[in-house]
Amino acid sequence: MTEVLIAAIITIITAATPLIYAALGEMVTEKSGVLNLGVEGMMLMGAVCGFTAVHLSGSATLGILTAALAGTGMALVFAVLVLGFQATQVATGLALTIFGVGLSALIGQDLVGVAYDGLPRLAIPLLSEIPVIGPILFNHDILVYGSFALVFLVSWFLGRTRAGLVLRAVGDSHDAAHAIGYPVIRIRYLAILFGGAMSGVAGACLSLAYSPLWIENMSAGRGWIALALVVFATWRPWRVFVGAYLFGGITILQLHAQALGAGVPAQVMSMLPYAATIVVLVLISRDRNKIRLNSPACIGKPFHPTS
Amino acid sequence: MLALEKRPEHSQALVYLSPLIALILTLAAGVVLFFVLGVSPARALYAFFVYPLTSAYGWAELGVKATPLVLIGVALSLGFRAGVWNIGAEGQLTLGAICGGAVALWLYEVDSVLVLPLMMLCGMLGGMSWAAIPALLKTRFNANEILTSLMLTYIATLLLSLLVHGPLRDPDGFNFPESRIFGDSATLPILWAGTRLHLGAALAALAVAGTWLLMSRTLIGFQIRVVGQAPAAGRHAGFSVNRMVWFSLLFGGGMAGLAGLLEVAGPIGQLLPTISPGYGFTAIIVAFVGRLHPVGALLAGLLIALSYLGGESAQITLNLPLAVTGVFQGMLLFFLLACDVLIGYRIRYRSLARMRHD
Repeated sequence: MTEVLIAAIITIITAATPLIYAALGEMVTEKSGVLNLGVEGMMLMGAVCGFTAVHLSGSATLGILTAALAGTGMALVFAVLVLGFQATQVATGLALTIFGVGLSALIGQDLVGVAYDGLPRLAIPLLSEIPVIGPILFNHDILVYGSFALVFLVSWFLGRTRAGLVLRAVGDSHDAAHAIGYPVIRIRYLAILFGGAMSGVAGACLSLAYSPLWIENMSAGRGWIALALVVFATWRPWRVFVGAYLFGGITILQLHAQALGAGVPAQVMSMLPYAATIVVLVLISRDRNKIRLNSPACIGKPFHPTS
Repeated sequence: MLALEKRPEHSQALVYLSPLIALILTLAAGVVLFFVLGVSPARALYAFFVYPLTSAYGWAELGVKATPLVLIGVALSLGFRAGVWNIGAEGQLTLGAICGGAVALWLYEVDSVLVLPLMMLCGMLGGMSWAAIPALLKTRFNANEILTSLMLTYIATLLLSLLVHGPLRDPDGFNFPESRIFGDSATLPILWAGTRLHLGAALAALAVAGTWLLMSRTLIGFQIRVVGQAPAAGRHAGFSVNRMVWFSLLFGGGMAGLAGLLEVAGPIGQLLPTISPGYGFTAIIVAFVGRLHPVGALLAGLLIALSYLGGESAQITLNLPLAVTGVFQGMLLFFLLACDVLIGYRIRYRSLARMRHD
């Protein structure tokens, strides 16, 4: 029984990891006042480019770096359009997703059916020997450890550092931040690029760890679920973490209910994460004040420096 | 240095020129793309944009592909104008196909001219009911319609898969996940003998005219334009934002549902696990390229339909992957959004010295 439970928890962790990266990256972008709806497209590009790099070089590190770079490249296109060309954020984000779905399919056409063993597990000496806790916490691939670290880092950066404060100021009132002399556009560029890099890594989690292979459109809406997670978490890093595990749990529930033969059709179980996203979004959004209190005030609004 | 300078007034000419500039830039980028893929750009562009139109059959296929794109594009234009972001048209399309298709299977033995109208009605109602969910959640609970409508798309696709694997499966179909082929009275009449061009194309043209009248001649059309251009003015005039949300989503859902039904009752002729190559998403591009105007959506729908046909032709003649179509469509929207900056701004050349002086 414990064995099964441990196995289940470990799969929840692998399912939640891509969501943590994508949602935290998007949260930082949104905190700077920019809504990037292209997460799904950036994730797919990260997934396919990371997989290609591993396939060609055999190096997992290079794969993850390439994935981050691919996400950053996609985010750069978005940033130039939105910040340089004053394009609408919603439309540009959608375009980024449509473009990413197409381009990743094009890049990955020769990779369908290529196998990869998955990222190596890095067991932490001694700690991974502890019964129960060991395998759950200290025997993962590098991306899972990275996701733990990222929550701490983002939380510390936004809440405890001067740069984080400036970023939040830019997101809450770009005119005031500009008047004080902060480079609003440059800060937003950096925030968007960070979001892109994290979405790229989220893609790598899918194609290198979660189901180590490339399939067209393999993110299957996880980019959008990540966007919903940011709202669910009311723009707080730790709640993103909790939310991602909640969703990871729902995703895994679907697999295990299948195995136990619960008699529910596979399709109905597969609907769960999407249905849960809607329910959760409704529960959180219902309280308008809560949303208004925590969401960046300038989100989605274009910035025109007047002087 | 090039710098952007705000125009005193928006340039109306560029509103219409921008899609053309974007198209030219997309083609230029296409040349580079084909070069990278190792295909002669001239041959590839010919296969993509000229070859499909060299036969009468090709023109008819253009109409077949444009039908769902125009129907949904027109409806989304209206919603986007009102600032309602219905991204889930693909799901509403699927529900339309399910509901209308279920009627066709239920009345399988019935031979009556009323079957098709009933299917269309149910298709529209199916799409509308699916769109009503984000509308309700938006107006009642303030939930973001982008995310809810998109999540419902995934649910709709799974629902269709569930139904064609189960209750709607062809009883004599050797367990293949597909329904019976619809009877004659449940299949759309062909407009052009020898091709697949069906009645839906005429309905799409009607939808363009109807939506244009709605937008330019009715009160709700006026309200949509006001709320879209100046939300504050709309609020002061007492226009109900909730009403706008409901109207936009139900209209979009109805049209998408109809488009879905027309697909299964027309070119497909039965229910399959997949019934659309992403028409509901591509229609978003149609709406923008069409300048959120019904007539524009018609032209843009034809253009995007051509890119679908071109993708198929390039796949057959040049062995290019079908995904190139999606890349083209995405690039077109990117370039369009970038070109749109010219509507409100002009590009001025300023020497660095002058910039410093300023």
